[in-house]
Amino acid sequence: MSNEKTPGFNTLSIHAGARPDPATGARATPIYQTTSFVFEDVDHAASLFGLQAFGNIYTRIGNPTCAVLEERVAALEGGTAALAVASGHAAQLIVMHTLLEPGDEFVAAGQLYGGSINQFNHAFKKFGWNVVWADATDPSSFEKALSPETKAIFIESIANPGGIVTDIAAVSAIAKKAKVPLIVDNTLATPYLCRPIEHGADIVVHSLTKFLGGHGNSIGGLIVDGGSFDWSQDDRYPSLSAPCPSYQGMVLHETFGNFAFAIACRVLGLRDLGPALSPFNAFLILTGTETLSLRMQRHSDNAKAVAEHLSRHEKVEWVNYAGLPGDSSHGLAQRYTPKGAGAVFTFGVKGGYDAGVKLVSSLTMFSHLANIGDTRSLVIHPASTTHRQLTDEQKTAAGAGPEVVRLSVGIEDLDDIIADLDQALAQI
Amino acid sequence: MNHDRYGDDYISGILSGVRTIAIVGASPREVRPSFFVTKYLAEKGFKCFPVNPGHAGREIAGCATFARLSDIPEPVDMVDIFRASSAAGGIVDEALALTPLPKVIWMQLGVRNDEAAARAEAAGLKVVMDRCPKIEYGRLSGEIGWQGVNSRTIDARRPSLSGRGIQRLSLRTGRGGPSA
Repeated sequence: MSNEKTPGFNTLSIHAGARPDPATGARATPIYQTTSFVFEDVDHAASLFGLQAFGNIYTRIGNPTCAVLEERVAALEGGTAALAVASGHAAQLIVMHTLLEPGDEFVAAGQLYGGSINQFNHAFKKFGWNVVWADATDPSSFEKALSPETKAIFIESIANPGGIVTDIAAVSAIAKKAKVPLIVDNTLATPYLCRPIEHGADIVVHSLTKFLGGHGNSIGGLIVDGGSFDWSQDDRYPSLSAPCPSYQGMVLHETFGNFAFAIACRVLGLRDLGPALSPFNAFLILTGTETLSLRMQRHSDNAKAVAEHLSRHEKVEWVNYAGLPGDSSHGLAQRYTPKGAGAVFTFGVKGGYDAGVKLVSSLTMFSHLANIGDTRSLVIHPASTTHRQLTDEQKTAAGAGPEVVRLSVGIEDLDDIIADLDQALAQI
Repeated sequence: MNHDRYGDDYISGILSGVRTIAIVGASPREVRPSFFVTKYLAEKGFKCFPVNPGHAGREIAGCATFARLSDIPEPVDMVDIFRASSAAGGIVDEALALTPLPKVIWMQLGVRNDEAAARAEAAGLKVVMDRCPKIEYGRLSGEIGWQGVNSRTIDARRPSLSGRGIQRLSLRTGRGGPSA
């Protein structure tokens, strides 16, 4: 198909990036389980190492199976290119390593996934990258947090676990005014529910581990280059705009144009930091992407019905699900995620911390674990697990107070999901 | 024609139909985009003629280099312009003075001169602006996907190996289609 008309989302989910194998004709994407690729001769090797030819060298830098996944998700997000890495955390590390120098700052939403709060507060500090927190529900707080050292803004489209939908376009306007890129973690929404680049995001990151892979079997992460940020408008992003000392003075933005950020993440960040994705994991995640629309719609429909049921339950104090009318994020959800508000939400059980623990230990079909975005229904009590390292104030700010229970609603039959919750709530 | 957006068929028709390419503004420096493009196109089997007055008589990426378009000793099918948009007009006029006429004027990423394009089209030439032939060849052959780049194409036909070494694809497809 030519590019006269862009194929639809379902078609891209199946076909983007994946032509039959040129050597064998294999129709499914082969698992290129190899560390390295032979060179034709010394000149070919020089062309590949010098980035003058397209091709594969070593799986830490690129692999044909991983590349299909990269092109697939880039197409689904409407980006120019992508880079797959070992985990969502690795994606965030490589993005910031490409953008920031020691002493730089970035502004991030305070309601992020607890693991990201830890990574930003502690691990990134060791690189001299300083996070300044803002409030995802108040776009003007991002503007107030800016300083001359700010190099990026980081938000989640749907925050985990609080379920807040961020006003991406409003934060993007602030980022554009400050001439810094907006990075959006789109893990909970997936491009099926929300495409942040269409709302002004410059970079999208994913934990592929969640709904894109979707089956709870592989850890992976990914960076999408939105292709529209001008890295050369000033000298603040030298990894892209200045001659690169490890490539004989090549200027990456000038050379690779609107996909230079993804290339910089690969040939500098991934090459030097090393968190490469296994080709086998890439294959499993690719298989997941083919059914993304079907799964996400079912996840969202089930989650909405479960949220409605819980909101009427006598042992439930409150439900935070942006898909429910009356929720503080409902208006933004209708704008940014009109097909559904995703599968992950929190609710408060009456009885606080102890009731939360009792509920989790009484469920029989829900799996008690730290992941989200599996076909199976999952549950966790954040205060005693994922958010345990945070202070009480940080827990509450992140939507993970003592009574909070987080669900990742699966795609089982709705009646069975509700029956399991009802029997567990009856035991509190 | 509309130069804001080109169909894949238009671009692949051009890249499949030309054999000799003059690259105006090619640099001998190995890290410059113009060197990349010259080397890549030469490896794909195009006969390339770098044009660079300061380097005439020597080679760029293994290709003999000339001072000006009119010095090139054989007919040029396509003139690829690696110069500022304001300089592109003069180069197009030089190209339109060649006998026989080239078939295609190509201006690189960031280079666009609509008046010069109109003169070339009036003379019967095809024009591409603000694109890179290396990126377009990589995109339409499938090679660029190895770098995780969104090729904006889907195709259930097997890509063709170029026959020139390994990890090299061509514009041909497994069910026929254009050949390069």
